Amino acid sequence: MTFLIQQTLIYAVPLMIVALAGVFAERSGIINLALEGIMIFGAFIGVLFVRMMQGDAGILAAKQAGDWLSLQGLELLAMLVAGIMGAIFSLLLSFAAINLRADQTIGGTALNMLAPALVLFLVRIIANQNTLQMATGDSASWFMIKKTALGIDKNTDMGFLFETFVNKVYLATYVCILLFVILSVILYKTKFGLRLRSCGENPQAADSLGINVRKMRYIGTTISGFLAGMGGFVYAMTTANCTSNGDVAGFGFLALAVMIFGNWKPLNIAGASLLFGLCKCVAAAYSTLDINGDGVYALANLGISAHLYRMLPYLITLIVLAFTSKKSRAPKAEGIPYDKGQR
Amino acid sequence: MKQFFGKEGTKNVLSSLISILIGLVVGGIVVFIVGMCTAKITPAAAWDGVRIIFAGILTTGRDAAGALTWGFNAANWGNMLFRATPLIMTGLSVAVAFKTGLFNIGAPGQYLMGTMVSLMLALGIPSDVVPPALIWIIAFLGGMLAGAVWGALPGIAKAFLNINEVLACIMTNWIAANVVTWAFDVSNFKNMVENTKSGYIYKTTYNGVATPKLGLNHIFPGSQVNAGILIAIVFAILMYILMNKTTLGYELKACGANRHSARYAGIHDKRNIVLSMAIAGALSAAGASLYFLSGNTEFFWSTYQSLPAIGFNGIPVALLALNNPIGVVFAGIFMAMLDVVGMQLTNLTAYNEYITDVIIAVIVYLSAFSLVIRMWLSGKKKKTANTAPAAKPKAEEPTADAVVAESAKGGENA
Repeated sequence: MTFLIQQTLIYAVPLMIVALAGVFAERSGIINLALEGIMIFGAFIGVLFVRMMQGDAGILAAKQAGDWLSLQGLELLAMLVAGIMGAIFSLLLSFAAINLRADQTIGGTALNMLAPALVLFLVRIIANQNTLQMATGDSASWFMIKKTALGIDKNTDMGFLFETFVNKVYLATYVCILLFVILSVILYKTKFGLRLRSCGENPQAADSLGINVRKMRYIGTTISGFLAGMGGFVYAMTTANCTSNGDVAGFGFLALAVMIFGNWKPLNIAGASLLFGLCKCVAAAYSTLDINGDGVYALANLGISAHLYRMLPYLITLIVLAFTSKKSRAPKAEGIPYDKGQR
Repeated sequence: MKQFFGKEGTKNVLSSLISILIGLVVGGIVVFIVGMCTAKITPAAAWDGVRIIFAGILTTGRDAAGALTWGFNAANWGNMLFRATPLIMTGLSVAVAFKTGLFNIGAPGQYLMGTMVSLMLALGIPSDVVPPALIWIIAFLGGMLAGAVWGALPGIAKAFLNINEVLACIMTNWIAANVVTWAFDVSNFKNMVENTKSGYIYKTTYNGVATPKLGLNHIFPGSQVNAGILIAIVFAILMYILMNKTTLGYELKACGANRHSARYAGIHDKRNIVLSMAIAGALSAAGASLYFLSGNTEFFWSTYQSLPAIGFNGIPVALLALNNPIGVVFAGIFMAMLDVVGMQLTNLTAYNEYITDVIIAVIVYLSAFSLVIRMWLSGKKKKTANTAPAAKPKAEEPTADAVVAESAKGGENA
């Protein structure tokens, strides 16, 4: 059970934060199809940053000394750098969509193609292979919070809650959840959030009330780029052992599905990402999954192929789309370039 | 001369050529900068990289002194035509959907379904009972049918349930990726004979099925070229006739220009949307069939984490060709040329083939606002040629702007 919850969280958190990235862009009126591309780019930047910092003597000394707090600091710094570069990368989309009034779907597709190409091109030159890894060690030994690091003996049982939520977890998971809550509140409970959302529903009306639609849309997509870039690195660190190979296994598109399934609302998105994260987790580990600890692999005995669990999120989304397309809460003005003269 | 530049077609070709040029220049700049920043790449090697980006198709290798040699490289030209085959087909697929106002981002999924059915039929039908030529035809048609069904799904979702086709296509893409992996996972077509080839399906030549070469291998010795390229060109001509000379084509374009006024004019808009996506799906799948039935390509079946690039590359092909089926042939060959350039780059320099994907992405990015480039072009023409007779107001083809309007409508209801 501990394993199941931890793994589900590890898969669900990048999905959740990237889906929120999608919400920020779409609420401001820009369809961000480039989530996948920005994630790939963010993952690359984050891994590259970690790799470069590992060359630093101070960091290596901290690792040697078992100073886990400064390693957590490195993790947070890498997340920040990945987010900032993701935000800069997303400016390509906002510039095309807002200033040049380009087709946002095609622009997003371009970014989705650009990111893996650029990343693989650079990775091959830097590392002479298709995967960029950490310079030394692996993700778990550097960034995972363990009981031993906290000064507790490996074999003491600290109870279910501690074992599940404190032992063998990544700080990034909780940072993302915290960010998710804060940003959701900002988007739905503040003046700024209301203004941003108005630009996605009726930009002409918003403009007539003195809101700068272009600025709001830039802010929306830039926040979106930041979250997606950060989410990309969190994905790479927690599930791909801190490597970058120009691929995030379709997580960006899955996040898009989460956003639609969650009907553009934060609470629903959190639920949807947990559900999809569970699907991913079960698909990856169903044959060795022992839910209630009685030594029976219940899911393996069901005999359902892992492929079905992998397919499930997309299938569910498609079915949900089919049933709810009539009363969808999608922003009304998303995907339409803002035109002052149009009413 | 002025009249020539005033023509809509010239402007279109010109805007595509400018996109290509900008793409290549960006690629060249990236190669140059990376060369300057990397210690192991000398300036001379960086300059070689830039030259290969612009004219890689003409390289023949390096001479004894290590300098690049130039000339006609038959193997490269043949491989270019071979690689162009599926690109032309997926390009046609995206272009046909564009004309109906639909953005077919589902080409990768349709391509995968075509791959699956074609390979299963080509390897599954015993060749000692059925003649290989007949198997080839069955596999080809079967693949097309599978693609048509897979393409029709988002079409149905769009027409009857008002789901944005981009979202439906993305979902069906990943479902297809899982279905194909699953199907081959339980099949017995996995190549277990050659131990070095884990994860691959048998080549179709294993069952004696292969596309005929029609003597093309004598023109381009040492390459993989076969009659597939001719079939792709025939398909392009057929699509040109369908879109421009038949009632069905007119109806499809009318739906693309304005779905609601098309319905007002008595056109079955729903039927046409489904039909358009089915045709698009069949074309993508046919590209996959032509690629894998060639007999010298292998399919890596565990594809559930990634979608085939050829499917996505249909989008730049269609955009470069401005959705003109004949233009798709040239755009497809150009994209295949970039592919070959990438291989040359990997073989001859310290760079690698992914830079060509960067170039392609830049071209797609530019075509997102190609309308701006074209407006800029015609604006410039107006300034310099004020006295020239005003260009005739020409019926706008349902290109990018119609798509914008359409996806906007879809977005409202998705």
